[in-house]
Amino acid sequence: MATMTLIQAIHSALAEEMERNPAVVLLGEDIGKNGGVFRATEGLWERFGPERVIDTPLAESGIVGMAIGMALYGLRPVAEIQFVDFIYPAFEQIVSELAKFRYRSAGQFPAPVVIRTPSGGGIKGGLYHSQSPEAYFVHTAGLTVVMPSAPADGKGLLTSAMRGPDPVIFLEPKALYRIAKGEVPEGEYAVPLGVARIVREGTDVSLITYGAMVPVADTAAEEADKEGVSVEIIDLRTLWPLDVGAVDRSVQKTGRAIVLHEAPRTCGFGAELSALIQERSFLHLKAPIARVTGFDTPFPYALEKTYIPDARRALEAIRAAVNF
Amino acid sequence: MEPPLLAALREDGSVDPALDPALPNEDLLFLFRKMLLLRALDEKAISLQRSGRIGFFVPSTGQEASEIGSGFALKEGDWVFPSYRDQGAALVRGYPLSSIVGQLFGNASDAIKGHQMPNHWCDRSINLVSVSSPVATQLPQAVGAGYAAKLRGDKIAVIAFFGDGGSSTGDFHAAMNFAGVYGTPTVFFCSNNQYAISLPFAKQTASGSIAEKAAAYGFEGVRVDGNDLLAVCKVTRDALEKARAGGGPTLIEALTYRMGPHSTSDDPTRYRPEEERADWAKRDPVRRFAEYLRRAGVVDGKTAETLAEEAREEVQRAVKECEGAPPVSPESLVEDVYAEMPWHLAEQRKLLSGGEG
Repeated sequence: MATMTLIQAIHSALAEEMERNPAVVLLGEDIGKNGGVFRATEGLWERFGPERVIDTPLAESGIVGMAIGMALYGLRPVAEIQFVDFIYPAFEQIVSELAKFRYRSAGQFPAPVVIRTPSGGGIKGGLYHSQSPEAYFVHTAGLTVVMPSAPADGKGLLTSAMRGPDPVIFLEPKALYRIAKGEVPEGEYAVPLGVARIVREGTDVSLITYGAMVPVADTAAEEADKEGVSVEIIDLRTLWPLDVGAVDRSVQKTGRAIVLHEAPRTCGFGAELSALIQERSFLHLKAPIARVTGFDTPFPYALEKTYIPDARRALEAIRAAVNF
Repeated sequence: MEPPLLAALREDGSVDPALDPALPNEDLLFLFRKMLLLRALDEKAISLQRSGRIGFFVPSTGQEASEIGSGFALKEGDWVFPSYRDQGAALVRGYPLSSIVGQLFGNASDAIKGHQMPNHWCDRSINLVSVSSPVATQLPQAVGAGYAAKLRGDKIAVIAFFGDGGSSTGDFHAAMNFAGVYGTPTVFFCSNNQYAISLPFAKQTASGSIAEKAAAYGFEGVRVDGNDLLAVCKVTRDALEKARAGGGPTLIEALTYRMGPHSTSDDPTRYRPEEERADWAKRDPVRRFAEYLRRAGVVDGKTAETLAEEAREEVQRAVKECEGAPPVSPESLVEDVYAEMPWHLAEQRKLLSGGEG
């Protein structure tokens, strides 16, 4: 075990898998000589060469389109989109092409591309360096959507993504890149996709979350604990396909469910989680399912901290659920 | 500005030796049969659609020389990224007619289980990549496949087909730019058939040609008479050979004409004059090639008619073979979304076939 930040863990997953598998190639803007604007690929250009760590022209549809062609041919491309806010030019390649290749060819042409991209707020990046668009990708059949919070998961989930048979949108909570620190297994380490992690066990309320909201949930749970309320935190890790069993088990145990994400509220992933919980656990519920989310506005600059859910808002939802 | 228009077949039926691919008679006959087959497929498929037996069809009448000539230039290991109008290139590549027809019916004879509308086939065994409806999305993918081949040291080429409309897309620009930067073994084959549904070429771009756009990306653009099978075959063969040898990408613009509608849902009389079509019909690529074969003594008029009849019969047989196949299973609805069926699709499968699954 080594103590690493999330960005170091992601870096180690890339470096180690490139070492093991010559089919793995990286491509994106500024990922080569510059090592990526967040340094996720630092030193890999020198180590593996410009043919495998590919600096691309500034065109996201080209990056993803090219990655698709590489995957069809048999490589394991990992594309970096510098900020998820800039993924929209590649939206057609992702939604119409990448997600549908397996279906439209009845399995003849799978396209196992991994798209890594920093997501979410917390760096004073305003409208275009802060978004959380995971719901678009969850809504698109054929994609696997992953978002780690713990460094160990950053390494283990990315390793699995690079080995899996299906395309993965790998969202990295940039707010945690250097803040999240933890023990990360050295050497080969894979965490299976589609399995949630119980961050904290509890009996009164299930707090279901992912990415940068996991530490927020943890703070809220600490506070609730002081008030005698026991909170269970589920870090989904893979948003879709969801570990629905983990959600079912937790909610049916606690009888209270809160979903927490920083993405906008309306049609956010929390809406789907709420619907699933009421469909599957209705008779277990002792309180309405609550959503603690970002606002239905563009992501603000000056009011970033107001926009992003904090422990206070999560705690209020916990209290409301318990006192219902 | 625009590169010269290359042609091999002269008015008098002779051939410019500089652009003659020098094909043996056996190949010439093979290519003529494929042209006839492609046209016979169009005629039959349109009538199948009109009588409600298939839902949709994209014809390529008028573009047979571009399709067959370019497809024939490919070698075994090459990869093909087609659009929905490139069944001709697929046919000559070795994709069976019965597979094209089976896909039109979308029943159990369709290798892709009816997942897609007609003209959206694929065949992994011959590197014939799956077709989608969004225009020109295949172009950056073809650059990626070319990059991968180059990285692996495979001496193959990748060809991507698109139309004049596709040249206006962002993906065209991204693909051309990436191909130029990386020097990938990619041949961009544009069938400029003068119309993107209703929009004429003059309103698609203010450039005099598609081919000249290649210069801006740092590689060669070639303009060829797209109704001249020999010239199309020669320039495509040269471009593919250059790509395989490490010479990088080429943009080929084949000037041709879509003699039929955009699709069976389209009525071209709304937007183009009949005289224009009649004028292009004088340069009908099938008749032009037949005339060349007649003058070269490969096929006489009587044989040509026999071959055309054989092509119609072949299409008829394929239709018979495929139309009667059973429908796809309801369960196939939820297959092939992921490699393994996740829980939510397994649950949704229970809604099918009266709760089985």
